[in-house]
Amino acid sequence: MKETLQDHAALSDIFNQDEPRVNWHDETLWFVRTKRDRAVNTIPEWELLRETASQIKHNVLSNLSSYLEQFEANAIANGVQVHWAADAKEHNEIVHSILKKHAVNRMVKSKSMLTEECHLNDYLAENGIEVVDTDLGERIVQLADEPPSHIVLPCIHKKKEEIGDLFHIHLGTAAGEADPQVLTEAARQDLRSAFLTRRAALTGVNFAVAETGEIVVCTNEGNADMGVHLADVHIASMGIEKLIPERKHLGFFLRLLTRSATGQPITTYSSHFKKPRPGQEMHIVLVDNGRSRQLGREDFRNSLKCIRCGACMNTCPVYRRSGGHSYQYAISGPIGSILAPNLDMKKHADLPFASTLCGSCSNVCPVKIDIHDQLYKWRQVLVKEGHVSPVKAAGMRGMAWMFSFPAFFNIAGKSGRWFMKYFPFMVNNKLNPWYKEREMPAPPKESFREWYAKREKNKK
Amino acid sequence: MSSRDKILAAVKASQPQLTELPKVTIPQSAEGLAERFTTVATAIGSKVYEISDLEEIKAIVSAQFNSSSRIISSLPEMQDIAETDIAQFDPHSLENVGLAILKAEIGIAENAAAWVPESNAMQRVLPFITQHLALVISKSSLVPTMHQAYEVIGDRDYGYAAFIAGPSKTADIEQSLVLGAHGPRSMTVFLLK
Ligand code: SF4
Repeated sequence: MKETLQDHAALSDIFNQDEPRVNWHDETLWFVRTKRDRAVNTIPEWELLRETASQIKHNVLSNLSSYLEQFEANAIANGVQVHWAADAKEHNEIVHSILKKHAVNRMVKSKSMLTEECHLNDYLAENGIEVVDTDLGERIVQLADEPPSHIVLPCIHKKKEEIGDLFHIHLGTAAGEADPQVLTEAARQDLRSAFLTRRAALTGVNFAVAETGEIVVCTNEGNADMGVHLADVHIASMGIEKLIPERKHLGFFLRLLTRSATGQPITTYSSHFKKPRPGQEMHIVLVDNGRSRQLGREDFRNSLKCIRCGACMNTCPVYRRSGGHSYQYAISGPIGSILAPNLDMKKHADLPFASTLCGSCSNVCPVKIDIHDQLYKWRQVLVKEGHVSPVKAAGMRGMAWMFSFPAFFNIAGKSGRWFMKYFPFMVNNKLNPWYKEREMPAPPKESFREWYAKREKNKK
Repeated sequence: MSSRDKILAAVKASQPQLTELPKVTIPQSAEGLAERFTTVATAIGSKVYEISDLEEIKAIVSAQFNSSSRIISSLPEMQDIAETDIAQFDPHSLENVGLAILKAEIGIAENAAAWVPESNAMQRVLPFITQHLALVISKSSLVPTMHQAYEVIGDRDYGYAAFIAGPSKTADIEQSLVLGAHGPRSMTVFLLK
């Protein structure tokens, strides 16, 4: 991934130059969000599931050190080799050493955001090891030499014609061929030969069960299983926060995950890996890389409950109109904007501002993370630590001050509407960092508060 | 200090005060399981046949699948149309399998997922490498949701097991659904009375 010095707003500007494309990106993600809504609405106990999953994850965070030890002991008893990596560098070195031991220089990999976070592919390439990403979306961005732009839908920013061009160059499909069916078939044939010839397979981990020492990997394509079951060595990389206490808790998380992600009732495959296949070696790498630090930040530790469904991205008005690459971090969107500053506050100081704080992310989150509150809190921290430009900080102070007086907010809402109607340039000026490239919406005639008050009165 | 001890110490120092695990039971209805299963299975791209005898599978297979393709089955009853002993094979040699007919232990009505532990898969790679997959599920092993499925699984031991719901699929290219990503291009479910 190329390092740039531009911040989220500047990169969004570039993304926004092609307006029809931005609209298309926006609508595609909104379509996924509506699929999620339809799936969720068929489950009357949805809120109970969310609340329970949230409480299970709170318990995990409060007892994580014991669960990690329990998981390790059980995995070892199952015949799995367990490794611990304090940071990205150590993770990459562990993976490399396992491959070196087996004299492997070509590996298949299924989706793992952690390896994106650790820049594993680049590290292995420098060490002469070729990695083939086997999830179709990830394969596409790999051929394009780009990082994924979405954790569940890695090439959601790409048009089928562009994918057709890539496949024409790399897989020899006909020039101009852009039919998803034909392109998928070409990738199937190409990757099948990779599966059949690679001796090592790396997978991510969706859930790791402390009680049994097993890991669960969810895919729709079957690529994780094709890779692992044909390989001599299986390496599974996981962040330490992926643990859940008991096998039966999988019921809650598997019911929530895919409905939230794509609106499917479950992924095609939910594979439970407990012991290596006879003759096979299985390794699990437990990675910290800043997670224990985030766990210690009271205001932000809840971000570790995340199960990486992507729902907060699909619903986010800023993500939908700025694209995943503008975040410059493996995990984009609202949750990425909370996780990234933990790793490097200075570098990612722009991200908590890439939000309207509308709260839609928190509303869809299947494990009830208070995403927009945390974004707001990061802003305070970043201003205090001096990582924020004076213009943004001034605007924020005004906002923080206004939000601290609900009664005033009430009046400010009224006068704000009046202001916007008659002096829109005052609101839409350069001191308001959110105005750029955006028309302020026409002010509503009455605010929600006024409408609600009236409605309540009329009821009586 | 090893990374293990460093990480564990850092986690221990950072983790908040212990909170309880929730105790909840999710109420579920066991009505119309086969209908619910069939509706969801069809919606995710599977074909469902209700059968009352395993023999019926053979007629359906010969009508639906290419007669020259390699068939493998874990059911001894399929012996005359399928290979039934592949335990000693190198998994790579299953590359040319056209159809696998396997028995699933549990079927879930809410998402049409079927539980296939390693012992039923014959070889771990088989349900993935085969071009087409057929699963036999007894009606009596249908459950309403994932919660009941995990109750049935309990603390059973296995090396590997998977929930499989429908054919392998992807929508990575502009959200257009394509069946047959890396695994089976089709999924057939035989619901056995
Ligand atoms: S923060 Fe919540 S909504 Fe966003 S990816 Fe994580 S679990 Fe999903």
